[in-house]
Amino acid sequence: MQQSRCTDPVILNLWHPLAALVDMQPGVVFDTVLLEERVSYAHDGQGEAAAWRSFAGLPAGAAVEIDQLVETLPVKVAYGYLWTSLGTPGELFPIPEFAEADRRKLNAATLGVNVSAPRAIENFLDMGHFPYVHTDILGAEPHTEVKEYDVEISVERDEILATRCRFYQPKASTVSTEGADVDYVYRVPHPYCSVLYKSSPADESRLDVIAIFLQPIDQEHVRAHMMLCVLDDENEDKIIKRFQQTIFGQDKPILENQFPKRLPLDPRAETPIRADKSAIAYRRWLSQKGVTYGVIPAAT
Amino acid sequence: MLDQARTRWHPIAAAHDLPLRHVFHGQLLGREFAVWRADDGYVNVWENRCLHRGVRLSIGINDGRELKCQYHGWRYSNRTAGCTYIPAHPADAPARTITNRTFPAVERYGLVWSATDEPQGEVPEVAGLAEGEFLGLRGIPVNAPADRVVARLRGYSFQPSGRIDGNDAEIAVEAAGDFSVALRAREGGAETLAVFFVQPVDSNRSVIRGVLNSDAEGAARLAVLRHHNERLSKLRDAIEQEAAQAPAPEPIAPQFERLPAELAEMPELTAHGRKAALRVQVARKWQAADGIAGFELKPLSGLLPTFQPGAHIDVHMPNGEIRQYSIANGPGESDRYVIGVKLERDSKGGSVCMHESVREGDVLAISEPRNNFPLRRDAVKTIFVAGGIGVTPLLAMAQALHHQELAHEFHYFTQGESQLAFRDRLDGLKGTLVPHLGLDPEATGAKLREILSVYKFGMHLYLCGPGPMLETARKIAAEAGWPEGAVHFEYFKNTNKIDDSSSFEVALARSCMTLKVPAGKTILEVMREAGIDMPSSCEQGACGTCLATVIEGEPDHQDVYLNDAERKSGTKIMTCVSRAKSARLVLDL
Repeated sequence: MQQSRCTDPVILNLWHPLAALVDMQPGVVFDTVLLEERVSYAHDGQGEAAAWRSFAGLPAGAAVEIDQLVETLPVKVAYGYLWTSLGTPGELFPIPEFAEADRRKLNAATLGVNVSAPRAIENFLDMGHFPYVHTDILGAEPHTEVKEYDVEISVERDEILATRCRFYQPKASTVSTEGADVDYVYRVPHPYCSVLYKSSPADESRLDVIAIFLQPIDQEHVRAHMMLCVLDDENEDKIIKRFQQTIFGQDKPILENQFPKRLPLDPRAETPIRADKSAIAYRRWLSQKGVTYGVIPAAT
Repeated sequence: MLDQARTRWHPIAAAHDLPLRHVFHGQLLGREFAVWRADDGYVNVWENRCLHRGVRLSIGINDGRELKCQYHGWRYSNRTAGCTYIPAHPADAPARTITNRTFPAVERYGLVWSATDEPQGEVPEVAGLAEGEFLGLRGIPVNAPADRVVARLRGYSFQPSGRIDGNDAEIAVEAAGDFSVALRAREGGAETLAVFFVQPVDSNRSVIRGVLNSDAEGAARLAVLRHHNERLSKLRDAIEQEAAQAPAPEPIAPQFERLPAELAEMPELTAHGRKAALRVQVARKWQAADGIAGFELKPLSGLLPTFQPGAHIDVHMPNGEIRQYSIANGPGESDRYVIGVKLERDSKGGSVCMHESVREGDVLAISEPRNNFPLRRDAVKTIFVAGGIGVTPLLAMAQALHHQELAHEFHYFTQGESQLAFRDRLDGLKGTLVPHLGLDPEATGAKLREILSVYKFGMHLYLCGPGPMLETARKIAAEAGWPEGAVHFEYFKNTNKIDDSSSFEVALARSCMTLKVPAGKTILEVMREAGIDMPSSCEQGACGTCLATVIEGEPDHQDVYLNDAERKSGTKIMTCVSRAKSARLVLDL
């Protein structure tokens, strides 16, 4: 067994996303970097997929029969993505809504960001920046208040849950002309993945699902995969994707200007406010789990 | 050598790197700076990192008075770097202690100088370089350690400015240090002194900042600049080639200091009594209006603490009286506090003392600013209603909204034009100021009914003025459908007759202490006697400083700070005047 460059057992034993299946041509080798290791992957178009530590004899672009491969890594196809692990992975977290037949499922984007995965997760959980970073889309001055919300660390499911989140959105949906409070629910079921539920403009009784799956390239670089699972019969894929790409494009320069790039877990590293309750819970959860990769652990 | 470099002054920017409302990204010895000039000329050198989530402040917005972080819109004040507003919690005043790390800044020879640690001594003064008569060269960045750059600069050759086309100049090294070299070039009768300061950006990066001892005009100036640019660029190439041969030193790891423990938690009210922690000098005293004296208070040394609009200070007067005055400053005016004092002949003598005894140059003891009347900046529109001297806190608020271009109206009721105070500041508000002059109580009521007739969701009303006018305005607002949460007010004083005849017991839940409050004493006094250090200011139930949370028991409210909903909830009490209707009161203290 080859020695991994990442020595954090929590992170090594997790499932990590590599790519959206729709972005992979069947029978062809692709390669990427995961936790500082070069990893190659392929699928056959019939539902079978494989991932392995890259070797010179099988470069990216080469044709491959995946059932001929030896010494492969664990793989899983879930939520439209190929997942692998450099350790011994357990279960991947559930997203039950993905099974609902009437939802549109898309990879909105796969985008490289020069930041640690935990910093990107905190940004995904954060509402206070909407009026400043996503001006006139997800928020607008003067409606800047982050109202009280609830956060819990679910012991049973080992995930963070933030509920009763509301934020004023200037144009609450494509059909409305007035602003209104939009409801959000956030889950963090994986140190580097988060799932967001948001009022659906198409169906008041249901929620759109938007997830971010971060592929750690190294401690300070990620590829962010954005998964959409939404109720929308009207818009073309490219319209829906463009919206999310715009949002993410606005976050990217902020994330890349955060220092230190790894998330500091010392409570005295940065000043929190009440609006940061979910981030405080997330930092505590990472500390409790003993995560050391992509973070600056608190001195003990 | 780099260790000693930390306590020395180094240039970090050229003065022209700080044009109007720009934020410059500087770096010295591995530490990044956000460098910005406020509209009043002050140069701020701050750690390049917002205390909240670590985003670089060099990508923030310099609005001339404050620096706004791009991520969550936190605002930091010119000079003090204290946080003045957190938009996610618009109803809270940020704890004044949320303050960014600042570094010294001095401008000399067209350069901005700073140091990463407490600098020893003064910014170097160079013999032969006169302020106002030099020519600054373009900064030349070099990928090489500073000592290597300095060593090669000793061999730099150039023509004196008066013989720029010659090629035979004699060069003498006049002085050299660890981070500077002074060279004199002579040819014929012409000579020029060139001083090169080498800024150690990081272990392997430097900037050469050259200054010549004489300026030139027009084409001659351009020729001199071009001459040095060409030669220094060649020198840079040579130094970089040489440096590339040697192994590059490790970059200096940036240091991120830990926050003080109190900033690691959501800030709570500071716990101190009525203390005059600051000494200020009356820098200016003038007649701000008929019967109103204006005072500009400047610190004896250092900086004044950060204030927010709505904040007040306690002034401890020479005659022993203590009075509260609101700060009328606009945002970013952080080098002084401006207050207005109305002469009240029949009061206990506080205002008479300020008007008649206090003179320019006098030293006064004041408290740190406290804000119990915070301004929300998330209103769709803000209505200000000021009566008489009640203008001061509202003026500070309106200037902040005006500067941020947030919608507001400023209604100012006085007896006549000559009573309008702080005309210069009022003029700055431009079209939003609506003076209402000489109205009797009835006409005032009618005007208020007109102003407050339309309430829309998201509007906020701020009131400050004489008691009867506030009562009228609050009543009219309630009738016109303004919810209590949208009506904010501050009374000058509590004119209620305080009934202190009751006696009861107070249990302090967190301190595990039970105290008896006898008739004639206040809760605050009894707590002080028991050694509980509770903050207070006006001590008459008007300012809101000594607020406590009630866990159990029924308060007997006698203040003018809480609104009706807060009173009814029974969860808050002003400990300086209010008492208990029940035999026992449990406070969260």
